[in-house]
Amino acid sequence: MARRPEGPPPPPVVGRVRLRFAKRGRLRFLSHRDVARAFERGLRRAEVPMAYSAGFSPHPRISWVGAAPTGAASEAEYVELALATVVDPAWLRAALDAALPPGLDVLDAVLVSGSGGLADRIDASRWLIRLPTVTEPDLSAAVAELLGRDEVQVERATKDGRRRFDARAAVVLAVCRAENDTCAILELVARHTTPAVRPDDVLTALYVVAGLRPSAPPEPTRLYQGRLLDDGTLADPLAPDRNDAGRLVGRSSA
Amino acid sequence: MSGQSLFARLEPLLPRVRRPVQYVGGEGNSVVKPWESAAVRWCLMYPDAYEVGLPNQGLQILYEILNEQPDVLAERTYSVWPDLEELLREYELPQFTVDAHRAVGDFDLLGVSFSTELGYTNLLTALDLAGIGLHAAERGEDDPLVIAGGHAAFNPEPIATFVDAVVLGDGEQAVLGITDVVRAWKAAGRPGGRVELLARLARRRLVYVPAFFDVTYRADGRIEAVRPNRDDVPARPSKHTLSDLDAWPYPKAPLVPLAETVHERMSVEIFRGCTRGCRFCQAGMITRPVRERNIETVGAMVDAGLRATGFNEVGLLSLSSADHTEIGRIATGLADRYAESKVSLSLPSTRVDAFNVTLANEFSRNGRRSGLTFAPEGGSERLRRVINKMVSAEDLVRTVSTAYAHGWRQVKLYFMCGLPTETDEDVLEIADLVREVIRAGRVASGHRDIRATVSIGGFVPKAHTPFQWAGQAAHEVTDARLKLLRDRVRADREIARAVGFRYHDGRPGIIEGLLARGDRRVGAVIERVWREGGRFDGWNEHFSFGRWAAACAAELEPLDVSLDWYTTRERAEREVLPWDHLDAGLDRDWLWADWQEALRGTELDDCRWTPCYDCGVCPTMGTDTQIGPTGRTLLPIAGVSAGSEAVVRGGAST
Ligand code: SF4
Repeated sequence: MARRPEGPPPPPVVGRVRLRFAKRGRLRFLSHRDVARAFERGLRRAEVPMAYSAGFSPHPRISWVGAAPTGAASEAEYVELALATVVDPAWLRAALDAALPPGLDVLDAVLVSGSGGLADRIDASRWLIRLPTVTEPDLSAAVAELLGRDEVQVERATKDGRRRFDARAAVVLAVCRAENDTCAILELVARHTTPAVRPDDVLTALYVVAGLRPSAPPEPTRLYQGRLLDDGTLADPLAPDRNDAGRLVGRSSA
Repeated sequence: MSGQSLFARLEPLLPRVRRPVQYVGGEGNSVVKPWESAAVRWCLMYPDAYEVGLPNQGLQILYEILNEQPDVLAERTYSVWPDLEELLREYELPQFTVDAHRAVGDFDLLGVSFSTELGYTNLLTALDLAGIGLHAAERGEDDPLVIAGGHAAFNPEPIATFVDAVVLGDGEQAVLGITDVVRAWKAAGRPGGRVELLARLARRRLVYVPAFFDVTYRADGRIEAVRPNRDDVPARPSKHTLSDLDAWPYPKAPLVPLAETVHERMSVEIFRGCTRGCRFCQAGMITRPVRERNIETVGAMVDAGLRATGFNEVGLLSLSSADHTEIGRIATGLADRYAESKVSLSLPSTRVDAFNVTLANEFSRNGRRSGLTFAPEGGSERLRRVINKMVSAEDLVRTVSTAYAHGWRQVKLYFMCGLPTETDEDVLEIADLVREVIRAGRVASGHRDIRATVSIGGFVPKAHTPFQWAGQAAHEVTDARLKLLRDRVRADREIARAVGFRYHDGRPGIIEGLLARGDRRVGAVIERVWREGGRFDGWNEHFSFGRWAAACAAELEPLDVSLDWYTTRERAEREVLPWDHLDAGLDRDWLWADWQEALRGTELDDCRWTPCYDCGVCPTMGTDTQIGPTGRTLLPIAGVSAGSEAVVRGGAST
């Protein structure tokens, strides 16, 4: 039996905006719920004309795409907003950015015009993981060991108890370098799989295959999200909207 | 160097603790000032978890007022959970502020706000982590002055050895006065050290300094006398009372936390004080007289606060919000103003009358009518006369019928158990009341599917109330009465399935009672409990009655007193009570007379609507009841900012 929402019907959605935003500095400790709450307040403070869900406790219509885990920073989080009035995305970017706490920074906003959902344009992430207390040679050796395997089972506590899964197959690319003598950096491209393989799962895998165990917590930052291209780079998920919008107003692609 | 950020050392620990976001600060409207720019530096603490402490209005108000001063810096700290406490100790990091992650020990003053006595062990954790001596007597010249405030501080004797000073009453002007004294003392080169600073604060009647008073005891354990040990400080420190709340429209820009907290709304205190005279209610007694904010200020604060925060909920707070003389027009005005927006309004009010339902209807105009709470407090008419809660069974049934008829789906009824003179029969009458309520609800709503929740709290006698002499009911007694009541309701097939029960075990209430009416000897109990691991005593999963009982046995029994002696024992008229030397404005003879009236079951009217009955507050404190209606109106939002300026200025000049 379908539940009919109570209350007056909400105004129709007349436009959608997609945002790329960053989660930086100490705000990396925000959980997805914390980010969502900050956005709802920021949108109200910025007076963004949001479309709302039906019912007696209407919620602004915000669609999230895969959030970076608590403790991970990100330069590439994505969200889609449904609007009750069309607004200039440049205004929205600036107004919302000003209304959000510093560290939640809105980097890009485009009106949705291209076909296809945002989630369909994202199947991989590029991560930069700082590993204080780990040396580059130790890291390189462990990564070589990992890449030499077909499968590495790891375990993680999820809300449905402990889960075992393969953390190797999702890793498309892993590059090591040294920040200095006592801090190595791992750059990682990982495919989005189910369950999602997160930076800490890859680190667990490095422990499993090579006994690598940093004595200080790793600091992961998501650099990019998008569709994985053959050369290992990721396609900007907002590009189709930008390009189509460009055509709509008759601009050249330059 | 003092005042440096510890965040770089703290950050690596955060991934290892539960909900690290609570320790990172960065709240909307929080303030970080350069350390060197400030002449006086305050650290404000709420001694409970961040999720509970952050929304605390009192602390937010003081934080804002202090930071508005150009040469004053105020930061906040909250209790850290045991997981982080352990790591802080392991890595030798101190208690820190969440604003700029500075060491608490670096500040000039540590102000701790106690809403409840169960935060005392958390004070000790914070002092210890901060590297500040637990006892005032051990502190060095560079340690912050530790100042307690909040409602629980109206009997600060159990924590007398742990704090340097105590602020009684409203903090707004007191913190500014303290700041002035500290600023001048520091500028003069700290003459006389911290003792002289404390003496200056005491002489200016800003604080009570426990170390300036000696307590002597009689052979039977009772207090013989509490006497000042210096002749240059007032013998009766007194409470602060803020007059003209319109001149102090705080918080203007409430903190917007990144972490989830217990209340996330724009709260506006619409009046302070209450003279309904409920005899069990410490808040009502110690915050007298009633001082309202007028409709114009309330409207301006709501608008400015929503803009500053992005909150979508407004709460109009006070001890009995439906009593504001302009509440009807405030309700309608705000409901009109926010009709088109997604802002929801709430009025925490439990008054048992039809007007309260009307208000609730107004506040939920476009929303869901889920639950309404009413607080008859006492189960029987006789008991309600004892506690001076003038509600008849007919009032309750009529009010609840009105609520159900207006579409409210559930009512919650709040009662207390363990009240003075209470018998099993008084408590069992709750079952009769609830039966009538359910019946009336079924008639009014036209269907059988009616729910009522009965929520019951254990009564704890508090200082500065007419019940300060009463013997607290033993937890075995309250637990047994509540079991009788539950069995009675369960056996009643007509209502059993319609009634939900909520009550807690009575033991934490006994410890709260010990701390609420204890004297200086109880300090050793607190310290022992803390040393044995006592933390977060307000949380069921952390509270251990056994630990408290054992500490009482160890520390009190050698002195020929006991947990029972402090809690279940009734006091005689002439017994010196530990807080008698602290002036909350209430005339002791009036309190005693009111206690006797309670025992006779005689009611007392509210002095807002009947002549003054000389409780003592107004003449002693030089204050007056300040109520409307003022004839002002809720300004439209566009005109509000200019209007609020006028209110502030106009208020300040009167
Ligand atoms: S002194 Fe009189 S008017 Fe003032 S609070 Fe007491 S009873 Fe009311």
